[in-house]
Amino acid sequence: MLLNPPVAFATAHRVLTQLRHDPRSLALMIVVPCVLQALLAWVFDDKTTFDRVGPSLLGTFPLIVMFLITAVTTLRERRSGTLERLLAMPAAKLDLLAGYALAFGAVAVVQAVVVTSVSVWGLGMKTAGPVWLLGVVAVLDGVLGTALGLFVSAFAATEFQAVQFMPAFVFPQFLLGGLLVPRDQMNGVLRAVSDALPVSYAIDGMQRVAAEAHPAGLYWRDIGVLTGCILLALLLGAATLRRRTP
Amino acid sequence: MNIAVEARGLGVERGGRSVLRELDFAVPAGSLTGLLGPSGCGKTTLMRALVGVQARVSGGLTVLGAPAGAAALRSRIGYVTQDPAVYGDLTVRENLRYFAAVRGVRRGRRRAAADRAIAEVDLGDHADALARDLSGGQHSRVSLAAALLGGGPAGTDRPELLVLDEPTVGLDPVLRRDLWGHFGRLAAAGATVLVSSHVMDEAERCQRLLLLRDGRLLADEEPAALLRRTGAPDVEAAFLHLVDEAAAGGSRTGE
Repeated sequence: MLLNPPVAFATAHRVLTQLRHDPRSLALMIVVPCVLQALLAWVFDDKTTFDRVGPSLLGTFPLIVMFLITAVTTLRERRSGTLERLLAMPAAKLDLLAGYALAFGAVAVVQAVVVTSVSVWGLGMKTAGPVWLLGVVAVLDGVLGTALGLFVSAFAATEFQAVQFMPAFVFPQFLLGGLLVPRDQMNGVLRAVSDALPVSYAIDGMQRVAAEAHPAGLYWRDIGVLTGCILLALLLGAATLRRRTP
Repeated sequence: MNIAVEARGLGVERGGRSVLRELDFAVPAGSLTGLLGPSGCGKTTLMRALVGVQARVSGGLTVLGAPAGAAALRSRIGYVTQDPAVYGDLTVRENLRYFAAVRGVRRGRRRAAADRAIAEVDLGDHADALARDLSGGQHSRVSLAAALLGGGPAGTDRPELLVLDEPTVGLDPVLRRDLWGHFGRLAAAGATVLVSSHVMDEAERCQRLLLLRDGRLLADEEPAALLRRTGAPDVEAAFLHLVDEAAAGGSRTGE
């Protein structure tokens, strides 16, 4: 299970090449979140609401998009036989996962930078804290989506199922993450569940940057929790990749 | 070492059912061996067990001197799955460069390794076409090329054992003849080549045959010896003879 960087980089390069051959998907990944953010700014006529909600939503797009794209890509790999071929070759499972995380992480960075830039400089979204801290959370959100998508693809037998896992896996996290109702106004049970879900920390982090001029300790704690969740999901994903299958 | 693959009491269970039962056979190193039998007889399962991706394998299975599935074997075996396992949204060359990287070829040598494998399956004219745009036969040749790739840093370590699951199905006769010729040359160069097929007349191109039916081995011998033993004119007739013989033997013992 030792990591072999050339294989991980070659895998990342291969995944990005596949995306390059599919420019429409790539365009959708970048353009759709910007359009949604613009729609949001338009729906909330008064600027203060957009300034409050905009940053939280900024983190949800990378998560959803990366979750879907990873779950479907990995599922395809499992079903087309290419995964079996790779596992019969001298590739460690961790190399493949790291390759996927690197490739989709890179896309998440581009997406986060574009959407954040459009929101702040195009739509006039104002945050109390520095903008780049929003970007950090957005990128981690994207990578978290990738990690969760990898994990979930093990439990889906078809692309349809993989897509259905998105509302099942991701929406509850948004509902409980403080997007609609602030987390400290939830009842004890919901609050406890919400504390255990990674997206809560992403939304917390975004809201801290929106409200505080100098987000410090708690913001970095959110970042730490998110990073831990990503590593955990990747390890769970590695555990679902079985070299020997029935 | 002159035995590349040795099975002793090999069995595989899938979904609570025995798919392979009590197989004993040996594949000589450097031979071109055909694994023949009708669809669903367990050919793919046996090949998956050999390359170490099949779960619930019992009995002994030694490949190139190591237990099947040992990590060290992965760089010494080339494996072609029945369905072409390549990326449809990559070009032929991109596919093979990636698989070369996974086989440990250094960055600077991947292109050369890929191009050599492409030439071997005669796809030079399609190197820059997307795999999904190719015909069925071309598609499976890309998959075959991926198994023929050399490994190691320089891309020169050819696989010592090639496990090819129905690589010639659906190909035109000329191409089939060329590929069998190629398999023969690979074996002559020292590689052990195990090719499965459900087309019995492909048997005549093999030096050795494994006949499989319903998870059991009917024969493990040279084609000429098989024909002599059964007095059949061709391998298909020999197969039917052995099936009838097994059925008669089974009814006599009241099974």
